[in-house]
Amino acid sequence: MVLPFKKSVEIAVKSIKSRFFRTLITTMSLILAISFYAYIKVNLDIISSIAASHDTAAIQKLSLQGIEVPEEGRALGMSPQERWILFLSLLVCVVGIVNTQLMAVADRFREIGTMKCLGALDRFILRLFLIEAVLQGLIGSALGGVAGAFIAFFGALIKFGSSVIGLMSLNQILTSVLSAVVLGCLLSVLGVLYPALLAAMMQPVEAMRGRD
Amino acid sequence: MNQSTSIVRVSGVMKDFTMGKTIVQVLKGIDLDIKAGEYVSIMGPSGSGKTTLFNMIGGLDKPSSGSVFIDEIDISQLDAYELAWLRCRKIGYIFQTFNIIQVMTALENVTLPMVFAGIPDDEARERGMDLLDLVGLKKRFLHKPFELSGGQQQRVAIARALANAPAIILADEPTGNLDLTTGEEIIKLLKMLSREKGVTIISATHDLKMLNVSDRVIWISDGKIEKIEKREELSISLGQIGEK
Repeated sequence: MVLPFKKSVEIAVKSIKSRFFRTLITTMSLILAISFYAYIKVNLDIISSIAASHDTAAIQKLSLQGIEVPEEGRALGMSPQERWILFLSLLVCVVGIVNTQLMAVADRFREIGTMKCLGALDRFILRLFLIEAVLQGLIGSALGGVAGAFIAFFGALIKFGSSVIGLMSLNQILTSVLSAVVLGCLLSVLGVLYPALLAAMMQPVEAMRGRD
Repeated sequence: MNQSTSIVRVSGVMKDFTMGKTIVQVLKGIDLDIKAGEYVSIMGPSGSGKTTLFNMIGGLDKPSSGSVFIDEIDISQLDAYELAWLRCRKIGYIFQTFNIIQVMTALENVTLPMVFAGIPDDEARERGMDLLDLVGLKKRFLHKPFELSGGQQQRVAIARALANAPAIILADEPTGNLDLTTGEEIIKLLKMLSREKGVTIISATHDLKMLNVSDRVIWISDGKIEKIEKREELSISLGQIGEK
């Protein structure tokens, strides 16, 4: 019994396409949470680049914004409140994903059962759900990451003026966006794990018994 | 195919379901022997246990006691992988609700069991088209289920059931969701398959149209076999049903 990886991806893509709105809802919570994460990270990147620069005018603007410039050699970190809000938003996002994915599984009881009747093993079903989650995670967090970075960038432009562009480290920002994408994929997979296991372990007869 | 070998043998099968604190005995000891190439209908009123029996034969559910043998192999002894193999290669399922996978086209539905069986894409495609041709839907291979009528969907399901040339086709109320004429067409198609391909067809039904084509009819009532009739004996009992 086999399900080649290429075929699994093909089926997963098909399934995402034809359930576009459900996918959109699942992905939306991811986009929001990840864009928030990326915003905070990139904002921090920009502020620390300003603080590390010797541009006195820009550093003065930082103080005017109420941001404390750390002493030389000390990194600028998130405040405890920021960390707490970020943690909460990511938590809410995962709970949201679990919720929509559970609904998706319930919706697809019949499909899963049919596949099992046709010879699908538990791990095929698990793999299909995981691939879907990774794809949704990639798309959602890429959108979220880029959106968050842009908001942070334009925010900085407004607050500190165009001189800030020269001070930013593009590398640092890209790393932050990339970390947001990786985090998003992890959250997406984490959220689908329980629903997918539930789907994979379902007996085909239970699936058949479930009405439309 | 050798007519005398039994392909499905059910021996002392009982099945209990626990509903809260009460135990409901759905099957109360069923013994059955089905020969290769036979067309068998399992008849009985709703709640008589025919779907449960059907699930046991299909390896979709395990009996509480007793055994089901397919090709003389006790299927309760099989592990998950072997059961999946059995469902993929040995048995084709047809359901009352068609159960065509909504996100796939007719051809993709038909070739899915071949993918699981490890058949290369080109060969699967070719065989899939042949099967769709056999059920009269060759031109609609790219259609999605919602673009097909009920009868057409059931035809796709039949083509899919035949994908890996199974020895047995299990049909649970295959005409239950179809109108009279379409149902008749599906029955004719099943009969043709049993005659030409030598596939054993076991169908749980309460569609009396099924009786004309069945080699044997097994009447189930209250979890037990009430009687088993051969086709030649049927006309008389049909009359009795009419009088009821």
